[in-house]
Amino acid sequence: METIHTLQQFMLHTKNIIYILIVLALAAMPAFWCFLTGRDEE
Amino acid sequence: MAEESSASTRRRLTPFNVIAGIIVIIGLYVTVRRFTSGLSSVTHLSNSYPWGLWIAFDLLVGVALAAGGYVTSAAVYIFGMKRYHAAVRPAILTGFLGYALVVLALNYDVGRPWRLPYPFVISRGTTSLLFEVAACVALYLTVLFVEFSPAAMEWLGLKKARNLVVKLTMALTILGVILSTLHQSSLGALFLIAPSKLHPLWYSPYIHVYFFVTSTIAGLSMVIFEGSLSHHYFKDKMDAEHLAAKTDLMLGFGKAAAWVLAGYFVIKVIGIAADNNWHYLATGYGAWYLVELLGFVALPAMTYAIGVREKNTTIIRWSAVWAVLGIVVNRFNVCLVAFNWYLPAEERYFPHWMEVAISVFVVTLGLLAFRFIVTRMPILYAHPDYETH
Repeated sequence: METIHTLQQFMLHTKNIIYILIVLALAAMPAFWCFLTGRDEE
Repeated sequence: MAEESSASTRRRLTPFNVIAGIIVIIGLYVTVRRFTSGLSSVTHLSNSYPWGLWIAFDLLVGVALAAGGYVTSAAVYIFGMKRYHAAVRPAILTGFLGYALVVLALNYDVGRPWRLPYPFVISRGTTSLLFEVAACVALYLTVLFVEFSPAAMEWLGLKKARNLVVKLTMALTILGVILSTLHQSSLGALFLIAPSKLHPLWYSPYIHVYFFVTSTIAGLSMVIFEGSLSHHYFKDKMDAEHLAAKTDLMLGFGKAAAWVLAGYFVIKVIGIAADNNWHYLATGYGAWYLVELLGFVALPAMTYAIGVREKNTTIIRWSAVWAVLGIVVNRFNVCLVAFNWYLPAEERYFPHWMEVAISVFVVTLGLLAFRFIVTRMPILYAHPDYETH
């Protein structure tokens, strides 16, 4: 991993990872909701 | 006559009463010692650890676990989920007793109980988070007392006063939600002042958000947990509505708890990324952090979801116990384990047995008060002379 020297590099690095995590969460949360409520009608 | 008296004594000498009696005697002894000989005679508190078990457990855990009151009343009166109405009074009672005991326990830590009103009348530190916490807890305890009072008034036959207070239900609920949102988060925000003392994995600029979100998890789980215990020990006090509402309540609150736990898991992982703390996960503290995050957040989220999906109340009940335990672990981690984490082992805090005794004493007082009220007042049943509100 590239060493972080500046605030710019730190923000770029952390924001990159957060954006990836948000995309994963946006995919996972509806899936979890479907799992949670999947048998509500029964 | 003598036989009747002997039978009555035997009925009172249950294992619970005997153990509670012993705990109360020890608690009273430590109370006298604390208020006559000072903190050093009963605690291991020091300049490095001015906050110990009484703040971590009695205050931080106590306030979080008393969140069932605002969670349930908001669900029923603000969001209109009337099917959970049967859970309101037990939840309000648990919240009221929880907060009352928090204030009682705070006196042990702070000392000089007659100075409790000082923040409001003598020395108003309005720029301090502690002032906000003190104000919110004092106001919310009053709100909970008023919310609880209709049950006591029905018991005492004060019909007019009861009907007057019932008209305030919506206003009190809104006030309760506002005050809870403020102080539940402020308790976490207290740690914002100590970024160098709290381990980076637990410290976050968003710690107040974490505390508020976990308080709703604690509230939902405590309502399930307390409902299950009441159903077991006070089933004879419950009317048909309360008995019938049990499964629906567990499924509804279990679903909400699973969803909030999943959301909390997501924001915690994002919190690690925001501070770039990934490398700490490979340390000993990181392992313990993962136990908290995976074992006490992700695991109960999944087990709650499985319980709700399978409509299995046993799984939901155990998930609630596990989630409540998770709240205890989290507050202990923030206040004690991850606090001053860099200090050598011999300088770390470990509670004195008398600190533990006071915490157990306070919980026992809560259980005794709960039993006293539930066996006398219309908490688990609707009073036949009054309309439900």
